[in-house]
Amino acid sequence: MYVWVKIISALMLTSLIGTSSLEASERAFNLGSIATSQQVKGWDIDVRPDGVGAPIGSGTAFDGEEVFAEQCASCHGDFGEGVDRWPELVGGDGTLNTHDPLKTTGSYWPYASTIFDYIYRAMPFGASQSLSFDETYQIVAYLLYMNDIIDDDFVLSDQNIGLIKMPNQDGFLLPDPRPDVSTINGNPCMKNCNVPVKIIGKAKDIDVTPED
Amino acid sequence: MKFSRRNLIKSFAALGSVGFSNRVLAQDKPNPNNLPPNLPEWTPDLGAGVDENPYGSPSEFESDVIRRNVPWLTASSQSSVNFTPLQDLEGIVTPNGLCFERHHGGVAEINPTDYRLMINGLVDREMIFSLDDLKRFPQVNKFYFLECAANGGMEWKGAQLNGCQYTFGMVHNVQYTGVKLSDLLRETGLKPKAKWVLAEGSDTSGMTRSIPVEKILDDCLIAWAMNGEALRPEQGYPARLVVPGWEGNMWVKWIRRLEFGDKPYMTREETSKYTDLLRNGKARMFTWVMEAKSVVTSPSPEKPILYKGIQQLRGLAWSGKGKIKRVDVSLDGGKNWRTAQLHAPIMTKSLVRFTLPFEWRGEELLIQSRAIDETGYVQPYIQELQKIRGKNSIYHNNSIATWLVSKSGKVDNVRLG
Repeated sequence: MYVWVKIISALMLTSLIGTSSLEASERAFNLGSIATSQQVKGWDIDVRPDGVGAPIGSGTAFDGEEVFAEQCASCHGDFGEGVDRWPELVGGDGTLNTHDPLKTTGSYWPYASTIFDYIYRAMPFGASQSLSFDETYQIVAYLLYMNDIIDDDFVLSDQNIGLIKMPNQDGFLLPDPRPDVSTINGNPCMKNCNVPVKIIGKAKDIDVTPED
Repeated sequence: MKFSRRNLIKSFAALGSVGFSNRVLAQDKPNPNNLPPNLPEWTPDLGAGVDENPYGSPSEFESDVIRRNVPWLTASSQSSVNFTPLQDLEGIVTPNGLCFERHHGGVAEINPTDYRLMINGLVDREMIFSLDDLKRFPQVNKFYFLECAANGGMEWKGAQLNGCQYTFGMVHNVQYTGVKLSDLLRETGLKPKAKWVLAEGSDTSGMTRSIPVEKILDDCLIAWAMNGEALRPEQGYPARLVVPGWEGNMWVKWIRRLEFGDKPYMTREETSKYTDLLRNGKARMFTWVMEAKSVVTSPSPEKPILYKGIQQLRGLAWSGKGKIKRVDVSLDGGKNWRTAQLHAPIMTKSLVRFTLPFEWRGEELLIQSRAIDETGYVQPYIQELQKIRGKNSIYHNNSIATWLVSKSGKVDNVRLG
């Protein structure tokens, strides 16, 4: 078994990277098994912003309208307006810097790839990974169309999903600037500190705490 | 009548003090037949045998010590959250059945025989591990806190939920048993271009987050046990990712795959969620670390002061950047502070218990606590966070809370300004 695994391992390396495996590390414990490319293909479903991982397929918003009505509208509404507390998917343009920001696929999501990746892996809620790749492209195209990002006859596919420019693509800041408050070097005020002590709000007055 | 502390607290005003001269809030009325010099009712009869309760459970008198949720928060209970009853816990270990839950598609039920962890992408060997394989690696046993980035998220704009549980309970602290990723990856090897890991769950939400390789190699684990027993299903049974000190969403439960790549994957969770929207409409991304925080668990809205005289204030503190160095407590809304006692063990990225005795004579109090970690970081006020981030960030509210103790001993969550 040990030797067999070693051989397979070497073969896999050669086939995967097409070069000598001399630089490859030695296995430390000889635990686990080598994954076949077929096994990896079945589980490796993620799609990156540059389109890497996008499965072969395509769809238009025109086709997506019907799929959306069937698969998505019961929670998200026919036009992505959201039903009850389920998320709104459309609109929110110009709201992010207001008191009541509306974060939708159109106003907030920075990459079209993420919409595809998420819908394919997790939607419809309670029936994940049941959509075909083409259906998923159709739904994404419909959402992009409703958010005025593409036309209804635009053929969204694995070839161009990495090229879609989303409205809020440049709306994110890196890296994390924290700590972003004055840390007072571990020596905060201990006596007669100048802090506001007036009560300006009580949770019990808001009255949204569950009773039991 | 069934003992229910909460109901009794609600009706405290109707009851007078019983028996104890300093008592200001009535709790339950003891049955005098069980008190000295009488023979208590539980003494003469035989109790339950060893075959009656093969997996033990808490006393029926502790039935109000449970996770609770806020139904109006979410559209479905399968994609929702509940809260740890911090106010009822002692020490630093969260019992497994009380660890808060956050699911995005309900609890996956996985037969451990069918469990597989795949590692693919920029590794020398793409591999698959069974649970038995994972358990044959060198193991570690480590205490870590896990806090949801949205813990306290409802409190950005003001005091909103009147409970310690609802405002601080998206945190738990258990001892994990697992394998270090740095050991596991000695088996697959890692290509020099591998900079990011996509961690993916096998639940119906297919939870995914991107994590830098440096963090993965530093202290991340694949864990299969918590507090000495197998992971609970709601905590990722049979295996989950442990990302010490970083936001709970990254600790992918029911983990099925780690993919190594040269760029982040920009999943739904790290773009449309778990990004911190600022006042100007821009949002911070990849804000992973949970900064220092503390909470007074008693007194608290669920734990009113029942007696005048000596009190043992209790609380918890934690930091995603290392060890807690000090916790200060104020009883007058932050004007004056005294340093609380920290109880060993004080471990990195773990909850720490603090206590502070004080004398209460029936006056109004404004109780606060502030944590200081080993980096010198001091837990801030909400106004400091709001000044820089605005009020729409949702995530990463680690600010100081205020509990108002009224003259009756009742406690409320309030906002000072």
